[in-house]
Amino acid sequence: MGLESFLGDSIITTSLDEIVKWGRKNSLWPMPFGTACCAIEYMSTVSSVFDVSRFGAELVRFSPRQADLLIVAGTITYKQAPILKRIYAQMPEPKWVISMGACASSGGFYDNYCTVQGIDQLVPVDAYIAGCPPRPEAVIDAIIKIQEMIDGQGTELTHDRSKRAKIYIGDDSEMMKKAEA
Amino acid sequence: MQDIKKESITIAKIKRFFPESILEVNLADNDDCIIIKKEANVEVLSFLKTDADLLFDGLMDVTCVDYLKHPIKRKERFEVVYQLYSYSKRHKIRIKCPVSVKDTTIKSVSHLWKSANWGERETYDMYGITFVGHENLKRLLTHHEFIGHPLRKDYPTKKRQELSANDSLFDQMDVLLKKKGLK
Repeated sequence: MGLESFLGDSIITTSLDEIVKWGRKNSLWPMPFGTACCAIEYMSTVSSVFDVSRFGAELVRFSPRQADLLIVAGTITYKQAPILKRIYAQMPEPKWVISMGACASSGGFYDNYCTVQGIDQLVPVDAYIAGCPPRPEAVIDAIIKIQEMIDGQGTELTHDRSKRAKIYIGDDSEMMKKAEA
Repeated sequence: MQDIKKESITIAKIKRFFPESILEVNLADNDDCIIIKKEANVEVLSFLKTDADLLFDGLMDVTCVDYLKHPIKRKERFEVVYQLYSYSKRHKIRIKCPVSVKDTTIKSVSHLWKSANWGERETYDMYGITFVGHENLKRLLTHHEFIGHPLRKDYPTKKRQELSANDSLFDQMDVLLKKKGLK
């Protein structure tokens, strides 16, 4: 088969896009923006019990300039909103955002004068995780779905966020359909 | 078997030394409360802090109550509340000062207790009570572009206010640097 037959088993040929996607999806560098109890749950996701390093996303960077996956874990107030926007802007392309938990996704039960009602008012979100706080398995689920998204799309799509499909972890509509059928 | 509650030494002393300032005395189990005139707050509170029998060395909280929609009608809309505790004598007292909505000023006690500094800033932020004599009376919890005072009962609960840019906070840094002789 092609070039491999001449070069033997030690060499694999592929396209540049594929190898770049393979690298990106298996070495996501997360930047945790933890403001509440979801951040504690994210810590246990990184810990050896759940071990997010099995999926290559364990190198937590506390500098947005070295990260490509923003995990917003916790309540975001209007006082914090410019900080979150700035951190997102500091991250190099391509970048992905996980909105972890009820507060980050919708404001949660903080329906009041000071809380942003979902961080998608501030930054584009790729994956929403339900829960208060979500289980670490749900966070790993979101990371796997983002890896699938990176794998499925061409490199040119990473810059066009409007065309990206949203990921909803904990959305039980599919489960309900199965139960009904 | 004591049916009539005994007055604590704190209440007895305030009654003795500030009889004109007292508006009301409420006795409850370990939860005594005195309502005093707001003009006398610094005199009464500094007396409570320094008197040898009382020694209220801890100000646990400064806050405020808005009685706008309260079922019991009050003469004044606001009441500034001071929660005092004595670490050495192990007793506590609550002091309240009625503040009218027309004149929302009261004298600051931040020179008596350090904890009053942030407590009064929070009360100013949430209720709009102006503490005269406070060295840095600016908003503590809401952002600097916020208009209104969110814990007032006439503030709409869901009225949200966006912030365009964060406060640099360098006005406070300059104070610290000058205090340490670095500027």
